[in-house]
Amino acid sequence: MNRRVVVTGVGAVTPLGVGAETLHERWVRGESGIEDGVAACSDFDPVDHLTRKEARRNDRFSQLALVACAEALEQAGWDDDGPYDRTRVGCVVGTGIGGIETLTDADGVLREQGPERVSPLSIPLMMANAAPAALAMRHNLQGQCYGTVSACAAGAHAIGAAARMIDAGDADAVVCGGAEAALVPLAYAAFGAMDALSDSGISRPFDARRDGFVMGEGAGILVLEDAERAEARGATVLGEILGYGATADAHHLTAPEPRGEGAARALIAAMRDAGVDATQIDYVNAHGTSTPLNDRAETVAIKAALGERAADVPVSSTKSAIGHLLGAAGAVEAVATLLALRDRVAPPTLGYEEPEEGLDLDYVPDGARSLDTNGRQPVALSSSFGFGGHNAVLCLGGVA
Amino acid sequence: MATITKDQIEERVTEAVASFGPEPEDVKLDATFESLDVDSLDLVELGQIVQDEYGVELKSDDMPKLKTVGDAVDLIASRAS
Repeated sequence: MNRRVVVTGVGAVTPLGVGAETLHERWVRGESGIEDGVAACSDFDPVDHLTRKEARRNDRFSQLALVACAEALEQAGWDDDGPYDRTRVGCVVGTGIGGIETLTDADGVLREQGPERVSPLSIPLMMANAAPAALAMRHNLQGQCYGTVSACAAGAHAIGAAARMIDAGDADAVVCGGAEAALVPLAYAAFGAMDALSDSGISRPFDARRDGFVMGEGAGILVLEDAERAEARGATVLGEILGYGATADAHHLTAPEPRGEGAARALIAAMRDAGVDATQIDYVNAHGTSTPLNDRAETVAIKAALGERAADVPVSSTKSAIGHLLGAAGAVEAVATLLALRDRVAPPTLGYEEPEEGLDLDYVPDGARSLDTNGRQPVALSSSFGFGGHNAVLCLGGVA
Repeated sequence: MATITKDQIEERVTEAVASFGPEPEDVKLDATFESLDVDSLDLVELGQIVQDEYGVELKSDDMPKLKTVGDAVDLIASRAS
């Protein structure tokens, strides 16, 4: 990165509740948002937060993004006009699937009532770029605006692309993140057919008994600003996007490359982009899906990328508390990582009890642990890997 | 077809328009769709509703002529009779 890119606001709606602080505090306390094998945002009712028109005009994944975005902008101290030229504010929001509930509902209408009855709102609600479009309209963001689509890496790709946009001088600020709401029968059936979902309904990343991911929904949104401009306007800085690395496995449609080479290259690229080496990494927020293949390949990748530091660095998975938010995961986990760095804490991997041979990192099994950074800027890596072999890693910094 | 009164059409159209987002008390015959933030996509849905209920077809060339709730009620009533 040539320019410094800072984070001035974060927002999240997750299975732990509405609000980024709720996510952070409850995860650090070791609380889980998973009930009966599902990680739903049960506390979230769109009409509590949106007008009836907004609720009707947005699929649930965009609704979640709108609410997370309002929280992030409020924390950033942006009013309705925002602090920057509107044409210099971008918006990048990722999703794995988009408005699948809208899609399946519309398909039901098509089959039962015929094509004349399919709602004209079907396409604008289901399209994978619906969330960034909604945020741009709601907050008058007139710079580059698009969605990233890379399955479970989409949220991290969105933040990386946003940081690059500022780094390239194409925007002064970018609202970015990820959103997903795919808790519909079709998604359960399809992920189930792939044997990707946990039969036990328990998300316990890196544990020997792990048996698949628990599907979740939610959104995470971050406000990124050019550091010089943020400083000039007197913004309170929450953290920093120090670096970004993204690669492809080019290996298999769904399985990670077992030696973790693509993931390791992304980890190394993010550190190189940040100008840090492995000894400076204080915490790793793992992708840690609780699937047999991911958690093994990711462990190998962390060892390859961090070398000797891998044996000491705390590694934990947000998915142990909120399940797998698919295209929202990378963004929500970046939010969780930034708040963890702010409070100098490594949150725990919930449910981790039984080690598996070769999976021998410090997965923070026994509750949250404080991070001692000796007064220097705390640095973390946040990894996201998606079906299709997409790897995106963010190197995040706290405030010194 | 059973006789449909204009009052019934007015009641149904008002209810449908209110379901699109505006405050129900603002949905009056002289209210413009613009003032109610009801756009062309909503009017297509209104068209689907009246087609279902009254067998009346609203075509895409009709839409630009419909400025107010009353315009829609009048047009639907004229075609339903």
